[in-house]
Amino acid sequence: MADPVFFELLHAQIVKYVEERQTKDTDLSSLDTIGFTCGYKIIERLTRDWPKFKDELEIVKFICTDFWMAVYGKQIDNLRTNNQGLYVLQDNMFRCLNKIAIGKEHLQVAPLYYTFTCGLVRGSLANLGVHCVVNAEVQNMPSVKFHIQLPADCP
Amino acid sequence: MSRQTSRLDAKKVNSELFTLTYGALVTQLIKDVDNVDDVNKQLERMGYNIGVRLIEDFLARSGSGKCYDFRDTSEKIQLATRMYLGVSPTISNWSPSGDEFSLVMDNNPITDFVELPDSHMGLKYSNMLLGVIRGSCEMVQLEVSCWFVQDQLKGDNTTEIRVKLLRKLEDSVPAGED
Repeated sequence: MADPVFFELLHAQIVKYVEERQTKDTDLSSLDTIGFTCGYKIIERLTRDWPKFKDELEIVKFICTDFWMAVYGKQIDNLRTNNQGLYVLQDNMFRCLNKIAIGKEHLQVAPLYYTFTCGLVRGSLANLGVHCVVNAEVQNMPSVKFHIQLPADCP
Repeated sequence: MSRQTSRLDAKKVNSELFTLTYGALVTQLIKDVDNVDDVNKQLERMGYNIGVRLIEDFLARSGSGKCYDFRDTSEKIQLATRMYLGVSPTISNWSPSGDEFSLVMDNNPITDFVELPDSHMGLKYSNMLLGVIRGSCEMVQLEVSCWFVQDQLKGDNTTEIRVKLLRKLEDSVPAGED
């Protein structure tokens, strides 16, 4: 069983690789792709023995509780929705950011550290049949808000 | 949410997350870098960077001190593999001079869910492990070189990593100090 520390170091190396490779400041698509591929595959194994989810809210709840618990060692602290396809997941102690100084000092590097997770969540939801756009925002490290936006025509 | 189902096993999930993330990374590297040799090199370098940091965690958690000989080192590498990958390799094939040994793994968790396509036979998929060993040994002043003798992905029965001690690194005194 691979140790979480190993994963954290691997994640840091991926971040470093993407950071060195990117030509424009904003191009983090490969981080997102890596997360997506990973999320898409892992969710299949995690939910194999689970009963079918009733609706998308239940899927998002699963992501917030059991999925987050298993991957990041804690649950999402706050889940909000506008009931029109937007979900906001708030994690006050996000594991990929909690090694960086608390506060606003290093906000510009935050996207490097949460993009993988955006992809991970997007990939997981995609394989559960929820196609969406996932974004994140950080106002104050190490707290992060993930925005899951479902397309408007979704029931 | 229904509560009758068992909760997820965090350890197993973490292990699979690691394996799959690694897989996704290799995929991305192959996409970015056409040359398989460069992918191998990049994986090794990333492993080196991980090893340099991982050794700190290992020393802190295992409470082990300095290795007094290379046999001791091999046992610690075995312990570290158990700690971080959850597999227990066997140590065998010592060279007569005692500076070379093999780590034999019956299964390599990094290569779970992996099959190499024929077009990528040159890819050393788990090359990161070699980098990790090299990097962490360097931090305890041992210069080693490692390579794969057998690889399950290439159709062998086991995965065998050969580790060779090149030399012991000496502390050099900074200029201007005694």
